[in-house]
Amino acid sequence: MREITFSEATLEALSEAMADDPTIFVVGEGIGQRGGNFKTTMGLYEKYGPMRLRDTPICERGFIGMCTGAAMTGARPIVDFMFVDFLLDGIGELFNQTAKMQYMSNGRLKMPMVLRGCIGIGNSASTHHSGSYYPIFTHIPGFHVVLPSNASDAKGLFATALKSDNPVIFLEHKLLLNQKEHVQEGTYEIPFGQARVVREGNDATIVALSVMVHHTMNAAASLANEGLSIEVIDPRTVAPLDMDTILKSVHKTGRLLIVDETYMPCGIGAEIAAQVNTEGFDDLDAPIARLNGAHVPTPYSPTLEEAIVPNKDTIVQAIRDLLAE
Amino acid sequence: MNARTKTETYRYLYRTMKLIRVVEERMARAHLEGLVHGACHTYVGEEAVATGVCASLRDEDAVFSTHRGHGHALAKGVSAKSLIAELFGKETGCSHGRGGSMHLFAPEIGMMGTSGIVGPCILQAVGAGYTAKLLNTDRVGVAFFGDGAVGNGAFHEGLNMASIWNLPVLLICENNLYATEVSFSSVSRNPSIAARSEGYGIPGIEVDGNDVLAVHEAASEAIKRARTGEGPTLIECKTYRTRPHAEGMGESGYRSAAEIAAWKARDPITLLRDRLLDDRLISIDDIGAIDDEIKSTVEDAVQYAGDSPWPDGDTAKTNVYREG
Repeated sequence: MREITFSEATLEALSEAMADDPTIFVVGEGIGQRGGNFKTTMGLYEKYGPMRLRDTPICERGFIGMCTGAAMTGARPIVDFMFVDFLLDGIGELFNQTAKMQYMSNGRLKMPMVLRGCIGIGNSASTHHSGSYYPIFTHIPGFHVVLPSNASDAKGLFATALKSDNPVIFLEHKLLLNQKEHVQEGTYEIPFGQARVVREGNDATIVALSVMVHHTMNAAASLANEGLSIEVIDPRTVAPLDMDTILKSVHKTGRLLIVDETYMPCGIGAEIAAQVNTEGFDDLDAPIARLNGAHVPTPYSPTLEEAIVPNKDTIVQAIRDLLAE
Repeated sequence: MNARTKTETYRYLYRTMKLIRVVEERMARAHLEGLVHGACHTYVGEEAVATGVCASLRDEDAVFSTHRGHGHALAKGVSAKSLIAELFGKETGCSHGRGGSMHLFAPEIGMMGTSGIVGPCILQAVGAGYTAKLLNTDRVGVAFFGDGAVGNGAFHEGLNMASIWNLPVLLICENNLYATEVSFSSVSRNPSIAARSEGYGIPGIEVDGNDVLAVHEAASEAIKRARTGEGPTLIECKTYRTRPHAEGMGESGYRSAAEIAAWKARDPITLLRDRLLDDRLISIDDIGAIDDEIKSTVEDAVQYAGDSPWPDGDTAKTNVYREG
């Protein structure tokens, strides 16, 4: 079985889609001959040339607005934004224009546009290269928001994004990009809104997002040595959010913890908790718990950076606390 | 649009400007009557710009416009019925009641939308130009925007992208001297908008925006350049809105009565009519017949919009996402 990295997996999906669909073009800073800061377009420029692999000036608002117009007129633009922090310069275009066009035109316009790039804390990237911001995009009607946690899912979810007629925000945690694993050859799609039960268990349900899936799996494995049976769910997309899988699991376990690297207030955990409270209150044997990264800008120094993110040990402790309730 | 004879073109330009004028004055009244529910920014005084530019466009060319977009929609071919019904919030409106005055959509004829935010139309028109070039068509993207957009980052970023990628784009600036009630001279040290094109290495043309023939000629040339791969053109149309920024706002004193009167004396519709009469290209009877026809078209449209059904509240959540 061949193993490839997360970035190589999405590159395969992109390369296959570009061969099939001549309306796809990619924009970004250094995605042409350079092949992308994270090797997201490596080798494509040689095949498809500058019209389809378009290096841009540093003008996020400009090229997001440009791609919105291109999507409205029959192209399928991919914005390779490098770091989600940079995308914030174009947020007015995204919220007021990209997300609303289909509705405002009463369904006559499509918005086949993918915005993809890196999120997350790590490597002392400090505060302008460590953002996640997916709760903000999830709040807005019109977007799909995708958070793959592994290479195999990344390829299938990216293939789905590249065929979607809705705007998709595809967010890749920087600590996952070089992780290698078995990835199926050939094209396959994973539908949005289908969570994956990564580990089955009976004592508690842990919903983990993006890179936190890995820390949570390590925590669950360590607790299994003590005879504790932990179910781990990876939603894979937060818009749409597969609540059915989460509710079924909570029905079985009676306990729920949401582990998310990014901020707690108004976050994905708050949304999941509110929905479980409404739909699954009678299943709960303990208050719903959340474990998040600290509500601070991301510091630089390794010791400070490490201190603000959940890790295997803090997750183990959070699960113990949940089980003690 | 098929090739027209010169006389047909003049009649077309007169008829379109007149249609915009009569619709706008009727909508100003409808706003007072409570029939237009939100803001209503009229295009009275600026009709020559949309008319002169759109006369050389085809249905498949993509127009992106502003909060003051009724004139662009009508000139691009949206019917008075469909526009007025939208302003009345009716299901038969061009956006099926989702948009109102500031969000007019008819993508099937290249009216790609008007926007309540200043600037995005420039970027989206550049995107339409990108699609045209990517897919090897000879379509063009057109942005209409005011002097207020010139100080916005979208202007710089959009012109730069259109220039470096040599895209088929028309950048039509309607310089009506005021952004809402802030004078352009108070927010720009350089009084020329057209001259900014030099900074991007593209042609920039200043025209009398109240002279529909001048606008039409400049736009036709720019469209020809765009279709034949020669890239973008910035056209600054000097014009004036003779009504307030939005209906119901009145004149707060930011401009003088003499200034308004001077521009009214250069009314674009009167200017064209007088020229056509002087040159015997149209008779006074013909003018009268067109005026009567438009009056009745607009009254029929108002009746139609008034009689049209409201959108069903149960449909308010549809089309946020495309299925599949």
